[in-house]
Amino acid sequence: MKKASLIMMIGPLFLLGLFAFPLWNIMLGAPQYPEPLGMNIHIDGIRDMNEFDLQNIDGLNHYIGMKTLPKPEDMWEFGTFPLVIGGMVALGVLIGLLGFMGKVSYKWFMGWFVLMSVLGILGMYDFNEWMVDYGTNLDPHAIMKLANPDGTPMTYKPPLFGHAKMLNFDVTSLPSTGAWMMFTGMMFTVFAFFVGWKSQKSE
Amino acid sequence: MKKYNYFITALIASVLLLAGCGNQNGNGGSNSALASNNAEKVYVAPGEQDEFYAFLSGGYSGNLTVYGLPSGRMFKEIPVFSQFPTSGYGYSEETKPMLNTSFGFVPWDDAHHPDISQTNGELDGRWIFINGNNTPRIARISLSTFETEEIIEIPNSAGNHSSSFITENTEYVVAGTRFSVPVPQRDMPINEYKGNFKGALSFISVAPDNGRLNLEFQVMMPGFNYDLSHPGRGKSHGWFFFTTYNTEEANSLMEVNSSQNDKDFIAAVNWKIIEEYVKNGGGKKMPANYAHNVYSDETHTGTTTMKKEVLTVDPLEVPGAVFFLPTPKSPHGCDVDPSGQYIIGNGKLSADLTVHSFDKMIAAIEGKKFDGEAYGIPILKFEDVLAGTVKSGGLGPLHTEFDGEGNAYTTFFISSEVVKWKLGTWEVIDRKPTFYSVGHLMIPGGNSRKPFGKYVVAMNKITKDRYLPTGPEMEHSAQIYDISGEKMELIYDFPTHGEPHYAAGCPAELLAPKSKKIYRLDENKHEFATLTPDKARVERIGNEVHIYMSTIRSHFTPDNIEGIKVGDKVYFHITNHEQDFDVPHGFSIIGQNTSELLIMPGQTKTSIWEPKKVGVWPFYCTDFCSALHQEMQGYVRVSPASSNIELSWSLGD
Ligand SMILES: [Cu+2]
Repeated sequence: MKKASLIMMIGPLFLLGLFAFPLWNIMLGAPQYPEPLGMNIHIDGIRDMNEFDLQNIDGLNHYIGMKTLPKPEDMWEFGTFPLVIGGMVALGVLIGLLGFMGKVSYKWFMGWFVLMSVLGILGMYDFNEWMVDYGTNLDPHAIMKLANPDGTPMTYKPPLFGHAKMLNFDVTSLPSTGAWMMFTGMMFTVFAFFVGWKSQKSE
Repeated sequence: MKKYNYFITALIASVLLLAGCGNQNGNGGSNSALASNNAEKVYVAPGEQDEFYAFLSGGYSGNLTVYGLPSGRMFKEIPVFSQFPTSGYGYSEETKPMLNTSFGFVPWDDAHHPDISQTNGELDGRWIFINGNNTPRIARISLSTFETEEIIEIPNSAGNHSSSFITENTEYVVAGTRFSVPVPQRDMPINEYKGNFKGALSFISVAPDNGRLNLEFQVMMPGFNYDLSHPGRGKSHGWFFFTTYNTEEANSLMEVNSSQNDKDFIAAVNWKIIEEYVKNGGGKKMPANYAHNVYSDETHTGTTTMKKEVLTVDPLEVPGAVFFLPTPKSPHGCDVDPSGQYIIGNGKLSADLTVHSFDKMIAAIEGKKFDGEAYGIPILKFEDVLAGTVKSGGLGPLHTEFDGEGNAYTTFFISSEVVKWKLGTWEVIDRKPTFYSVGHLMIPGGNSRKPFGKYVVAMNKITKDRYLPTGPEMEHSAQIYDISGEKMELIYDFPTHGEPHYAAGCPAELLAPKSKKIYRLDENKHEFATLTPDKARVERIGNEVHIYMSTIRSHFTPDNIEGIKVGDKVYFHITNHEQDFDVPHGFSIIGQNTSELLIMPGQTKTSIWEPKKVGVWPFYCTDFCSALHQEMQGYVRVSPASSNIELSWSLGD
């Protein structure tokens, strides 16, 4: 159980990577952008992949009536996410510590994992909602109003995961370093649960 | 008279050789396997990039052109000494000062010899320098912005031809006068030239951090013509070598009268000794008046300072500083091999090349073995300094470069060929025809300690039938030879712009990674910049109207302006707010008595418009900047001079 608790203490620390590395990355390449434009989505805001990328993405998107990309102060999420992640790290380490001292059972490890997974799914849902709004809530006075072959207005929601062709752009959306670190950390806690469970069984 | 006969013989021989050339087209076309092999060598597939940059002087275009090797594709024309309506260089208020001289605004020059900056004798790719021949000037061009940053005028000089060559740590860029002139200039009979005119060799320091030029001193030499020059390197670092002609000091019918002496000189100048002399207070300050023009890519503005004094050095007062090396037949090119040991005089009215030895020169100087003097300057004995003679069999050698493998390549103007020969043994290894009448040639890094001996580019003076005809006037032609093998291989022809007199090349990776993509708007310190659209405005000061305008795809802010009157002087100060690579905007307005502006991302440029007619006049963006480029336009309402309509401006309402 001591070993399992140590693993449980280490796992949540990987989530601290989210304060340094982006959670998600969206790249936009086109014939006239051989070096693609890119945005990194951090838990506290959206940043350039290369300097001026956001400005240039906004510049291009205004033709089709998309809003400019949100600044940190434009979305409550960018204020809240860091608090939630910070809180979860603290909680995870605390559970590990209490496990180490024999105050809580290994089941708490799974509890933390489930809570984190729920929060993660909620976060993804919220992120997707924003992308839907970003890609479909278009300015009625847009310079270019494009329609699908069936006559419905064309929308520009970036994919949540993977690749999509949008007008002349190839858009690729994938988890980035921060997300992979979070995933690794969460796997640690699952592992901690199993190690705890095994040691319980062998006793 | 012996000399004159020789010249005639040479001319006849050249006619015969030219006729001989007509029979072979020299493109390898007779052997199709070879031709397709050559095609592969120069083919740079779509989307691929060239291996080398080549900077070819524009000659009478006054500018510098940038090419890729081996494709021969032209990438850019960099305006230097000539107005360039394409970008507004020399027309915009910011760049007009770059063309100021003591003769006023001089919108043209004859640009000859580019040279890339060096550190320890190797190309470092910070700057490229080029000389203006006609109204003596030296320009420094940034190799991150590829724009002219500085131009300094050279006083006491005329026909600034033995320029702009740099020392191996870019300590100096050197500018020698081709025409000797009275110093100071004065009203005197032309036929009193001999003994009275002076030839100034100017040493201009280059500040290591920002490249700033300063004319440190001028060596006042006898009144010969100083034709070309090159720095010593390695062991001969500290010396500079200049070819001379017209040591007869003739002042008329020069083609005959300046070709009488069997030998002219290469002047060897020990600039380190002179630098020391000057540091210790030597030299004489004389009044002068010359322009120093500096462009800042922060203020995006050029400024002119008139300098009023120059330090001159009489070489006779600096013992050991200057010697003459007798060199046959009006030498043109003066080239130093990568080791710094050999100094090559390309006797342009001769069949042979004369190679001097630096070690022998030093020994002769130390042994004081002089063969008389000219105006007090010691002449070394020809035999004492001679390393060897290249008996080429060609006619009219002009210029030599090196491949770093112990070989030299010399152009022969009269016999239209490139000759490859071996340093040390002086044997001719190969010769290939050029089409036609080749002037200079260039091997990337060929004027440094470390040449990149893969290609040689020959720059020809006569084009004739090489391309589809375009009437009497046509571009000059260059040819690329593959020199990676024992024998040279002519692999490509390409037209050049203006008349390239020389070129400088370097590996692409030296420059491509640091080439600037945009100017940062947050670093724009232009006096009249509009840094945010809400600062766009129109201000009147008397009859001067300043329009602070910004651009972004695809509109001007403001785009409707009223309250302008006939007789106003309207300044359009336009700031491009794009921060995206390769998104310039242009500006032009009907009836503008100047060129358009082409404004790079983050830049501010100014154009003056003096409306002469009442009306509503459009302006528009000249650069196809986006799908809505055609919509990028605006109107200025011009009212009668007597009207009292208030200034107003707007966008989108
Ligand atoms: Cu435009």
